[in-house]
Parts: sequence; C-alpha cells; structure tokens
Amino acid sequence: MLEAKILKKSYGTVVAVDGVSLRAAAGETVGLLGPNGAGKTTTVSIIAGLTRPDSGEVFINGKPLRGDTDPAKREIGLVPQDIALYDELSALANLEFFGALYELSGQTLQRAIAEALELVGLAARVKDKVKTFSGGMKRRLNLAAALLHDPQILLLDEPTVGVDPQSRNAIFDNLETLKKRGKALIYTTHYMEEAERLCDRLIIIDHGKVIADDTLQGLFRRLPVTNLLAIELQPPEAGPWIQQLQALSEVRSAEMCDGVLKVGMHGLSEGAPKILQWLTDHGHSYQHVVSERADLESVFLTLTGRSLRDS
Amino acid sequence: MTTSFRAMVRKDIQMFFTDRRAVLMSFVAPIVIASFFGYIFGGQSGQTAPTRIPILIVDQDGSAISRQIVAGLMADQTLDGKLSSLDAARTAVRKGKAIVAILIPQGFGADAGRALFGAAQKPEIGALYDPSHATELAMVQGMLAGSVMESVGSQVGAQVRLAMPYSVRQEAITSGSDTAYNGYAHAFGGMGVQFILFMGIEAGIGILLQRQRGLWSRLRAAPLSRGALLGSRAVSAGLIAMLILLVLFGFAWLVFGVRIEGSLVGFLGVCAAFSLMTATFGLLIAALGKTPEATRGLAIFATLVMVMLGGSWVPTFVFPQWLQNLTVAVPTRWAVDGLDAMTWRGLGFAASIAPIGVLLLFSLLFGVIAVVRFRWEADA
Repeated sequence: MLEAKILKKSYGTVVAVDGVSLRAAAGETVGLLGPNGAGKTTTVSIIAGLTRPDSGEVFINGKPLRGDTDPAKREIGLVPQDIALYDELSALANLEFFGALYELSGQTLQRAIAEALELVGLAARVKDKVKTFSGGMKRRLNLAAALLHDPQILLLDEPTVGVDPQSRNAIFDNLETLKKRGKALIYTTHYMEEAERLCDRLIIIDHGKVIADDTLQGLFRRLPVTNLLAIELQPPEAGPWIQQLQALSEVRSAEMCDGVLKVGMHGLSEGAPKILQWLTDHGHSYQHVVSERADLESVFLTLTGRSLRDS
Repeated sequence: MTTSFRAMVRKDIQMFFTDRRAVLMSFVAPIVIASFFGYIFGGQSGQTAPTRIPILIVDQDGSAISRQIVAGLMADQTLDGKLSSLDAARTAVRKGKAIVAILIPQGFGADAGRALFGAAQKPEIGALYDPSHATELAMVQGMLAGSVMESVGSQVGAQVRLAMPYSVRQEAITSGSDTAYNGYAHAFGGMGVQFILFMGIEAGIGILLQRQRGLWSRLRAAPLSRGALLGSRAVSAGLIAMLILLVLFGFAWLVFGVRIEGSLVGFLGVCAAFSLMTATFGLLIAALGKTPEATRGLAIFATLVMVMLGGSWVPTFVFPQWLQNLTVAVPTRWAVDGLDAMTWRGLGFAASIAPIGVLLLFSLLFGVIAVVRFRWEADA
C-alpha cells in the first residue's frame, strides 16, 4: 500500500534522512521509533508530500507520488505533531473545512464528519469551539480531521504528545479500530510503551538512518536476553552451582547481585518453570520471584550503545 | 471555483470576523480616526465656521492712523484680533495662545505719513510670531499691508484714496461649482488605506501562524496546488479589504455626506485594485517573514512609512518637491490620490486609470516576489 524507497534529505550540512526505506501494508501499524531529531518527522513530511526528498521516492499502491495535486494524496491522512486546528472555530467548522480540502461537500461531508466524530467520541461537542476543548479532546479532533476523506494510509506524527493517560488510551483504541478497518498506519513516537502496544512492526531510526526494521519479537530476539528472572534465595548464597545453572539450555546468563539471583533467558513460559524446578531439585529455596521483560529501550541500547531517552 | 478553494476563502473570512480585535481595528478604528482627521482638516465646508487666526495687537502709538489700522484688523473675518500690552502679547505667543502679535510703535502714524510721500525713514511694525505657524504669519502680513495702506492714505489727506487695487474672488475647485470640499473624503480614504494595509499584514502573519501551528502542513498534505493555497488567501484578503473600504465610505456617506463625485466605476476600480494590492502585500509578508512575532513589528513599521509617504496622514502637496517626486514609487500614494480623484475632486473615469494601473502593477510585483520567495517546504 505504501512504500518509501531510499529517502534522503539534507538541510545544509545536516543530514536529516539518510536512505530511509519503509513499507506498510493494509491493516498494518508500522512504528517509527527514535529519539528527538532522529529524522522521523522529516520522513513523515516526505511521505505526506510536504517536503521534497533530495533523492528517493514514495509509492502509493505501486504508483510514485508526484507533485502537490497528485490524486494519490487522497489516500494519505496526516495527523501532524501539532494540534493543527482552528481554535476559534467550532469542531464542526474545522471538520467541514478540512473535509472540503478534499472536495467533500454536502451529505458526503456531513456523513464523514459524523463518522469521524463518532470514532473519536466527540459527537456531543461538535458545536463547541475548539478552544474550549481539553488537550486530549483536541488530539482526538486532530485525528478526526485526518479521517474525513477516508484515507487508506494514516501518518501519525507523535499523536499523543502532551495528553493524559485516559485520552491516550482513547486514541489507542481509535487507532486499533482503524487498523481493523484495514488502514495502514505509520506511527512515529519516542514512547516505547506506545510502540510496543500498537505496532506490528518497528523501524528504529537514529541520525536519519534505519538501524532496525522488524517485528517486536524479531527485535527482542536480537537481544542477549528477553526476560530476566530475579529470584530471592533463602539463604542468598552464591557458589559453583551457578555455573551448573548456566549450563541449562534455557539460561543465557546467571549471576548473584545483592543476594538476588538474576537469570537471563529467552522465553519466560518455557524457561522459568525449568529454572525454578532446577533450583528446588538442587536444594535452593526461594521466597520471592520477579520477572522482567526486555523492552525497546533495551533494544535501542543494544543497537546504538545509547539509551533512547538520553539520545 | 472548486469546493476546496471556496472553503479556504470562506474560512479566512470566517476567521477574520471571529477575531474581535481584527474587526475593531479594521472598521471602528479607521472610522474614529478618519472622523477626527476629517473634522480637523476642514470637515464639511460651509457647515463649520472657518478657523480664524488669533492675533494680538499692541498699539503703542494711539494715533488716528494706528487706531484705524487696529480697527481694520479687528474687522477682518479671517482674523481673531485682540488688543494687548507688549508683555502680555509676548507671553501669549510663547505659550501658543496667539499666533502673531502686531506691535505698532509710538510715532508710527506720523512717521508713516511722511514715509508715504517722501524719503523719510520708514517706521517699523513689529511682528512677534509662533515659528510653528510661519504660514499664518505671511497671511497676517498681507492683511496688515492692506490695512496700513488704507489707513495711512486716508489719514494723511491724500488726494486719492489709497486702497488695495484688487479684491479676490475665491472658488474652491472640487467636483463642481456647487459642491463644497469635504475634508472627510480624504480622511476616510487615507485612514482606510492605512488600516486595510494593517489587515493585509495580519493576513500575512496568519500564514506564518498557520505554519507555526502545523495547520500549513495539513493544508499542504491535501491535493491542492500552490496557486490555490496562495490564491485563496489573496482572494479572501482582497474581499475583506474591499468590504472595509466600502463600509468606511458608506459610513462617511451616511454621516458626513461624502459623495463619489467622480466616476463610481473608477472609485470601485481603485478600491478593487488597492484591495488586490493589499492581498499580495500580505502574501509578500508571509513569504519574507520568518516568525510572526518578528515579522509583525517590521511590517507595521514599513506600512506606517508607506502610508505616511502616500499622503494618508497629510496630503502629499505639503511635502518638499523632491519628496513628492519620490512618493510616486509608493503604492499608497496612488491609492490615496485615486480615492481623492473619485470622491471630492469629482474627476472622471480617465483619472482612475493611472492609479488602478499602478496599483495592479504593484500587486503583480508583490505577488511574483511572494510566489518566488515562499517557503513551500515543511520547516526542518
């Protein structure tokens, strides 16, 4: 449905996007993950036709996107990072305007507005001015404005910045509904939790380059461990038995830290029972067990050597 | 016109009218200020009493001649003459209470009579004047000359009565011999031009604000041509400008009796051409400006210079000649002159052609620069 090939864009000597390629199919959510300034927004701008790439092309349904008035732009719905709404106008006036930009009018436009408002749960506030909305409601209306022309591809540039958890969850629900309807979603974020929850596939960008493009599971497989079992032993004794534990096929690492045995593994459901059984069989009793899962932060750290939040 | 184009124009107009400050600045402010300027600069001639020049007369002579001079000056309808002592006169002029003080020295009557027919030294009449009113001094000197000649001639027993050998028949040349000059016409034109340009600035700033708030990205993401995006803005700004001009002159017509004494078509043509120029001026600001905050101040300054040189505040004929020549390169000069020509000057359509043409040329120039310099790409 959407394909971008080897996109490059520089501003003076600053390389913003350096050979980014991506694709998104119908019903797929692709996350663009990276720190601020990584090139996510520039990539989205190029795909949306706002920025001309120095090289590379964007294809919509196999056809290259050409020029400002290319009808293929109707297949794209852009949800900008900013709340791109007219505060002084009502929600209805905003949506009528943004729908009209795609030549929608009359009953078609009103039907599209009703559907979009119903999806984002703002039908009751349709006549209110946007300036009276909360931040979360504005974000939802921001999303609705991109849906009026029924685009097949949605470009969501950090659509939950600055919203409360409740509104964020509401937006997630909206996006999951859209995905079920067969939309292709490109979702930029630097919130790992969002990417993990929403995205089928993740493209990690750093310094304008794609450093990984895989499913969440695929990215986790690149890690030395995907799960960590923290076991408080009673008594907390280290010993040569730890090497024996490491010899188990499920175990990737094992060490005692401050009286807690930390065992790294791939696959908690298979590994954890065997490890706990092994400890019992070898006379080690435990009073508390906690499991930790690797996250995208770990992935980014492994791939770049830097923390995502610190980048 | 496509649905999208209409929607963009309609939205801009809707946004303008939802902004109370913009409406106040565009309609109320020019009406208030133009009403004031119109009154100051003559108002509706014939309906207001002409302003008389306040003068003081210090008669230290007290002779028959000096008393007759004083009587002559006091009787003049263009002067508001009062007798005074020298010290009081000096203080009054210094404080701006009087524009000129005429000092008739002791012995003036006798000396003037001798000087009229012989080689005797001419006596001096003193004139203390406010230097900010040099023009009025010249007028008072003229009236004084007439009064002195008449008084001296009649009192020294001349065989022939001396008097000014002419009188002046005054006729204000406006649209017709039966039409009085209406100072409000120029004031409403001038203030209209100024405040419409302010509106043009806001239209340009609006584009910069749209860019800053991400709205421009949303517009650019739609399958719209660049011509439609900028053209719709120009049309909406032009329509608003036209509406402001028509409302202002409508008000002036209703309240102050301003009439389109010249060609109505020419008047509408000047209004339309100036409206278009304002619209492209707004686009120019959007193209050259970086941030709304930085751009607004600079644009207002440039506009104020333009309206000042264009004759919106004071007519250009009071400028030095070199400056008058320079101001033909200022579009507001053509707008103000065009509106003057079609209103109180009562000239025909032919007189509107040059202003319309020049304003359209400026529109083209501003529009081309705006399109060429416009930053279409999303900000990095």
